[in-house]
Amino acid sequence: MDEPLKDLASHIEASLENEVRSTAIANGELTIQVRAEYIVKVLTFLREDRECMFKCMMDLCGVDYPGRAKRFDVVYHLLSLTHNQRLRVKLQANEETPVPSVISVYRAANWFEREAWDMYGIMFSDHPDLRRILTDYGFEGHPLRKDFPLTGFIELRYSETEKRCVYEPVKLTQDFRDFDFMSPWEGAKYILDDDAVVEGDAPGPGSGKGSGSGKGGAG
Amino acid sequence: MAEVEINSYTLNLGPQHPATHGVLRMILDLDGEVIERVDPHIGLLHRGTEKLIEYKTYLQALPYFDRLDYVAPMNQEHAFALATEKLLGCEVPERGQYIRVLYCEIGRILNHLLNITTHAMDVGAMTPVLWGFEEREKLMVFYERASGARLHAAYFRPGGVHQDLPDGLTDDIMAWTESFPQVLKDIETLVLENRIFKQRLVDIAVTTAEEALAWGFSGPMLRASGLAWDLRKSQPYEVYDRMDFDIPIGKHGDCYARFVLRLEEMRQSLRIIRQSIEEMPGGEVTSLDPKISPPKRAEMKHSMEALINHFKLYTEGYHVPEGEVYAAVEAPKGEFGVYLISDGSNKPYRCKIRAPGFAHLQASESLMKGHMLADAPAIIGAIDIVFGEVDR
Repeated sequence: MDEPLKDLASHIEASLENEVRSTAIANGELTIQVRAEYIVKVLTFLREDRECMFKCMMDLCGVDYPGRAKRFDVVYHLLSLTHNQRLRVKLQANEETPVPSVISVYRAANWFEREAWDMYGIMFSDHPDLRRILTDYGFEGHPLRKDFPLTGFIELRYSETEKRCVYEPVKLTQDFRDFDFMSPWEGAKYILDDDAVVEGDAPGPGSGKGSGSGKGGAG
Repeated sequence: MAEVEINSYTLNLGPQHPATHGVLRMILDLDGEVIERVDPHIGLLHRGTEKLIEYKTYLQALPYFDRLDYVAPMNQEHAFALATEKLLGCEVPERGQYIRVLYCEIGRILNHLLNITTHAMDVGAMTPVLWGFEEREKLMVFYERASGARLHAAYFRPGGVHQDLPDGLTDDIMAWTESFPQVLKDIETLVLENRIFKQRLVDIAVTTAEEALAWGFSGPMLRASGLAWDLRKSQPYEVYDRMDFDIPIGKHGDCYARFVLRLEEMRQSLRIIRQSIEEMPGGEVTSLDPKISPPKRAEMKHSMEALINHFKLYTEGYHVPEGEVYAAVEAPKGEFGVYLISDGSNKPYRCKIRAPGFAHLQASESLMKGHMLADAPAIIGAIDIVFGEVDR
């Protein structure tokens, strides 16, 4: 079943050996990792080459891995109607270095890149109109980053006294609760907080990783 | 008298305008009545679905999909369920697959009924919406009888569907498929050959196949431009490969083609509904893997193991193996995809939702440019957007 994918992978690797970092097939899907500076060249090749013909870009999105030096992945999902094939192209980016925009190859990338900028703060060079797209006018921060809290920083309400909408810092009547379900026997990669155990508390979210968002959550 | 230079002027349309089908705000630059530039402002219904999903277990994340494209909720759940199943490597029993196909097609009719009737209303035809919504109501009763909710069904779950269909439901759906073609016909006779209706839609927003591909169109928007691309045929999921149906395509790629195409798609959906009811086998509707599907209520009364499984499933949920998948379904509006990254825990690491309406709406500038202001509602209607999925 993966045979056509393997052929495609070796074809892409042979044609773009300098630009492609690696290829992998998992869950019946082909993923290629490329160097960020060559993305326009790679996508142009994938669109025009007779054995690829990926004429459609279905999706573009960012993924955040805060632990990495280049913390973002930019993921492109391509579709070839001619060969009935899908392909995932990935590259790594950080907050400072812009990724070349691929609007010249796929017009559809425009809003998707704006969304990736809005949600993650990934910059795209040569984008004609890199504005925020989904968040509020005047919004600050990039909400899908892993270090952005789920509850956000500001909230909006209609003030009866001022007769207008006012922005205020978020006030939570109950702290956000994020339970850690990783079993200490099976998969927890962190070291248990000794103090918490001595005091007789269950090793809840207050210990180990993720404690930033879950403080006071064991209550 | 000296000639006066008339500058283009800027018009704000929406976000609270009935013709924008929700909360679309558009900044239009007009030269007289001709649209020169369109800048859609979206995100007024942004609820941070993708962020919320990262903090929920897989089962808790599922109902968010009902709230995306709320005119055809189950089709959205389907994409998420498929993605999760692909990562889990779990099989759906045959009856579950048939029920899914049945309800996906009901969802398609729900969506198209809303779209074509409100589209007709946007260009001045009032009656279709009254007739169409009567049928939608019947379909939502079918939703309710299966899942308990008219809209937010949470019915397709990873592993299968939540419950088996109650007795007599398939007979009632079958009876409805007999009566519905007449309603379709009535709606058609009102609008299809109507001179005013045609003047409003024919040759409006013509899109060629190349343009449609470059913009990432899918679903009826792509097929109206003449490309016979349907994921149900080309990349079949569930039991669609056993179904006998045709893919209608349009020739001109204009709004009229999109309208007629959706009408025809409803007829094809009726065929699929009838087939899936006729061929539906008995048996389980959800995977029997106790680590994925909850145990039966009766079993929990005497089995400690079942009780533990139930408790674990509804508190911790299941842990999904590490990996990433992209699962796409042919939702009524086009390709609805879910890109799911799992880090091996009980919550998705990343869940990107690829909404067809997002890609379609971004082409609105190229669709509207050069048309009259009055064509804008007709074009928005034909794009078939629902802001739940565009803004997420």
